[in-house]
Amino acid sequence: MFVLKLVLKNALRHKLRMVLTILGVAIAVTAFGFIRTILTAWSAGVEASATDRMITRHAVSFIFPLPLAYRDQIATIPGVESVSFANWFGGIYKDPADPNNFFPRFGVDVETYLDIYPEFILPADDRRAFIAERSACIVGEKLARQHNLQRGDLIPLEGDIYPGKWEFVVRGIYRGKDPSVDETQMLFHWKYLDERITELQPSRSGDVGWYIFRVSDPSEMPRIARAIDDRFFNSRASTKTETEKEFQQSFVSMSSAILSSLEAVSVIIVGIILLVLANTIVMSARERRREYAVLKTLGFRPFHITGLIGGESLLIAVFGGGLGLALTFPLSQAFSQVFATLFPVFRVEVETVALASLVAFVAGLAAALVPTIRTLRMRIAEGLRAIG
Amino acid sequence: MIEVRNVSKSYYRDSLEIPVLSDISLTVPAGEFLALMGPSGSGKTTLLNLIAGIDRPSSGGVVIEGTDITRLNETDLARWRAHHVGFIFQFYNLLPVLTAFENVELPLLLTSLSKKDRRDHVRTALSLVGLADRMSHYPRQLSGGQEQRVAIARAIVTDPTLLVADEPTGDLDKTSATEIMDLLERLNSEFKKTIVMVTHDPRAAEKAHTARHLDKGELFE
Repeated sequence: MFVLKLVLKNALRHKLRMVLTILGVAIAVTAFGFIRTILTAWSAGVEASATDRMITRHAVSFIFPLPLAYRDQIATIPGVESVSFANWFGGIYKDPADPNNFFPRFGVDVETYLDIYPEFILPADDRRAFIAERSACIVGEKLARQHNLQRGDLIPLEGDIYPGKWEFVVRGIYRGKDPSVDETQMLFHWKYLDERITELQPSRSGDVGWYIFRVSDPSEMPRIARAIDDRFFNSRASTKTETEKEFQQSFVSMSSAILSSLEAVSVIIVGIILLVLANTIVMSARERRREYAVLKTLGFRPFHITGLIGGESLLIAVFGGGLGLALTFPLSQAFSQVFATLFPVFRVEVETVALASLVAFVAGLAAALVPTIRTLRMRIAEGLRAIG
Repeated sequence: MIEVRNVSKSYYRDSLEIPVLSDISLTVPAGEFLALMGPSGSGKTTLLNLIAGIDRPSSGGVVIEGTDITRLNETDLARWRAHHVGFIFQFYNLLPVLTAFENVELPLLLTSLSKKDRRDHVRTALSLVGLADRMSHYPRQLSGGQEQRVAIARAIVTDPTLLVADEPTGDLDKTSATEIMDLLERLNSEFKKTIVMVTHDPRAAEKAHTARHLDKGELFE
């Protein structure tokens, strides 16, 4: 109790220094939490992947199409359940210079796609309206909010991969089953795309981007992947089949240099937190050498001295860390609104909060280590001679 | 009460040995008021620190009430100091963030006394030094003489048998110095405290029963 009281009184001795140190720690913890949130958001697709879904794509790259005819053949592989497919559309919406106008647009097999992705929650009426109309599309709630889209609105797109002017009618707005689901996608009929491209470029008729299917037993995934890839090995488009998680991971891997850099920056920030704290604690301990010597003279033991120095360091770390974490939330919220389509799932995870708290706590302990050892080793007579 | 037996003490600066005390022997009976005098650097404070158990001799022994404190480990020595010695320093050495009451209470926090008992002890000690009305004052709100009286209250609050005072009047004006010396004299005569005091001040030394002189690490009558 005495140690705690003295820790509080000591901490408030130099109020400006205390406030500046807390702010320094808070800013560093905010930066740490924010960078960790970016890293988490980057791999949100990987984390949200279903354990029973697999993807079959072109063996060279997913930008090369696969024939529609593969669908029935994939369905015959033992262990494969419902099969669906999707196609990246691309296109330009309004001003291409505005990054918010970029959002994923997929032509999908509407009859099967939503069954494969039960995490997209679509009202029954919307689903019926979507399936019934060839030029219909559905959009995620976040995307609808961002562009103020309502049911019945037209979405005009300028084609790039698929040339021409395209118009889609919003017939439904889906929401995610949980916050990890991407609500920034636009899904429309692959058949609509195929019909128009057949007229314009007949050679591209029947092309599909990739297949998605469910498996009855996830432990069978390696065998199923081999069976599918072997089946199409000598076809005009050989395939690569992998779990959905691996498929998503391949996109994340493309940015591995950026991610590694961010990881490195987050580690550097941990060092900054430690230095900011250590600087203050070393100064405080040095100024109070005589007081610690008096306490030792009176019979106070090493654990009292350790409690005083370590307690002050932890107090600053806890306040700074708490403030930093509190700032991370509004910062991340603002960032996610500005870059909603770039990071469809951007939120501060519990793991990030736990990690940032742990970093602040450990930095608090580590910062007190050297001054505590020096104070404990200090001879009383030497400490009593010390001048603040 | 106090037996200093053939004590020598040297400090080392890098590899250079600096002798401070050479083969000092001294006996202080219980209830004595001893003044250690001598020029700066003569080893007075070092000898006082050895008697108080806040430093260790290079050789020789210091026996206080039958306990050779040079043989105690750090933990036992800290406990021994807390029970047997009261400390009075030249610059008072009060903790600036604590009130007079809290400063005096410090040594009692290491005892098993209840909060009420601690409060009673602190009030008694502060009354004895004439500062019962200054209990909630911080050191910065007190004069030098008052600060030293708080330090004396802190030194006596655990009722130790031995008081060590290092230049207790060295930072005080003449009036305050006289008050402090009167107080120490009273603690010795009325409360039978054994006092070992280091001082430069001949007037302060006059209050002691005995004065011993140190010069270049050697003790003289």
